[in-house]
Amino acid sequence: MDNEAAFARALLDAEAAVPEWIEGRDGGGAERRFSVYRNNVYASLVDVLAGRFPVSAKLVGDVFFRAMARIYVAKTPPDSAVLLRYGGGFADFVAGFPPATPVPYLADVMRLEWAWHGAYHSADAEPLPQEALAAFGPRAERLALTLHPSLRLVRSDYPVVTIWELAARDGEDEPVRLPAEGEDALVLRPALEVEVRRLPEGGAVFIQALQDGATLPEAAARASSSSPTFDLVASLAGLMRSGAIVGMGESA
Amino acid sequence: MAASVSFGTSPVPPRGGVGLKPEHYRTILDSAPDVGWFEIHAENYMGEGGPPHAYLAAIRARYPLSLHGVGLSIGGAGPLDKAHLSRLRALADRYEPALFSEHLAWSSHGSVYLNDLLPLPYTDETLTCVCDHIDEVHDAMARPMLLENPSTYVAYAETTMSEVEFLRAVVHRTGCGLLLDVNNVFVQAANHGFDPFDYLDAFPAEHVREIHLGGHAEDEDAGGAPLLIDDHGREVADPVWTLYAEALKKTGPIPTLIEWDNDVPAWEGLFAEAKRADAAIAAFRKSEMRP
Ligand SMILES: [Fe+2]
Repeated sequence: MDNEAAFARALLDAEAAVPEWIEGRDGGGAERRFSVYRNNVYASLVDVLAGRFPVSAKLVGDVFFRAMARIYVAKTPPDSAVLLRYGGGFADFVAGFPPATPVPYLADVMRLEWAWHGAYHSADAEPLPQEALAAFGPRAERLALTLHPSLRLVRSDYPVVTIWELAARDGEDEPVRLPAEGEDALVLRPALEVEVRRLPEGGAVFIQALQDGATLPEAAARASSSSPTFDLVASLAGLMRSGAIVGMGESA
Repeated sequence: MAASVSFGTSPVPPRGGVGLKPEHYRTILDSAPDVGWFEIHAENYMGEGGPPHAYLAAIRARYPLSLHGVGLSIGGAGPLDKAHLSRLRALADRYEPALFSEHLAWSSHGSVYLNDLLPLPYTDETLTCVCDHIDEVHDAMARPMLLENPSTYVAYAETTMSEVEFLRAVVHRTGCGLLLDVNNVFVQAANHGFDPFDYLDAFPAEHVREIHLGGHAEDEDAGGAPLLIDDHGREVADPVWTLYAEALKKTGPIPTLIEWDNDVPAWEGLFAEAKRADAAIAAFRKSEMRP
């Protein structure tokens, strides 16, 4: 049935003619009727993206965001009926989308929102209790940590967490001074609530190393070499407290 | 965290049910409303974990459940997505829904998912294809499925049989049940110019296991003829309730879902519609008892 291919093509391409074997009522013209499907496809997918990136949509305004999303949908329609997975490439698209260049941090805010979405739907796991680490004490040299499956890192040259927090806030816009430095975000859902935290210097390198399977000393060494002020004790305590660690053991 | 629990088979009762929406999770658990059952869109629960599964498990522990797929593309020309089928099976195994349904429509072409329920021509060729797909679903799911009648805005020149003839043939060949969407019948009749009561008369009511009621929007086509849009964005229209009362005479009391997927109101709005379905079923039972 090549009908389906022609139907699908005409759906996605607003310039394409409606196939002549598509009919309206009593064999009549179907141009206007067919456009209902066209609108449904685009509007519903743009709605999915607007719902997935609500803070980004607020930052640039709904009209701009939806126009940009429509172009993304045309270029990259979903490849799965599981729409929970749709939109993973949208931030990269926006990073290379010339009309968005006046808002250079937009793509990073979108990466943060995508991480939030991923954490929300990720697998569940029980964080280890605070005391677990102490029990390991003397053998910490070979300690490897299993991090929570919801854990995601977003590293940015912009103060992405601050921008995200401010934009998410409703009400009057009071003037604020944004930090000059970039921020790294830890996104985590230890139970049912997604939490977003700013990481201290070296924190992201440390967590990334742990995620890649490095032992505790190896991860600490990598973090220290990237940021001399990296504080292992504080970073580890922070991870523990936030519920980011779900397992620990001696690495082989 | 997600210990496996057995919910057991709790049959979906012949009462009003409601399409489950995240914005109502808390209210449902806190207020334990007297609603007959819930239906979920399967694809919304195909994430690995998190609040959707936690809330669904809690609600499933208290109410019967119906699993409604929107993405299988049973009316598509290509093969079914095997990975999607196994995701559906996993959901059904986990939540033990008493009903499982999908649409007479297609929604994917090749690797592209179009996120709409698209119409197909009714021919011998598409009939064979749909029946093969339903056989495959039956094998994969190990439970019977219900096929839902569609609402459509266009027709195909090559169509050789009526929608009801097509559905009858599918039921005959595959043994599947039917989900009668009464709003879709109303929309279909207005959009293609036939009498919805004639459609109901011809519909094989003895195979209907579930009814859908949803809202539609009113528009016109280029020739000024009415064009109703099945938008699930408002209350069920009065003439659809009338058609529903007629459908009950043919099907008998049957699980009836209120579908409200866009501009979703506060819980009370949906609950009121479910109670209206309960009242219609009660009125039907009463009329049956009259000599
Ligand atoms: Fe329906």
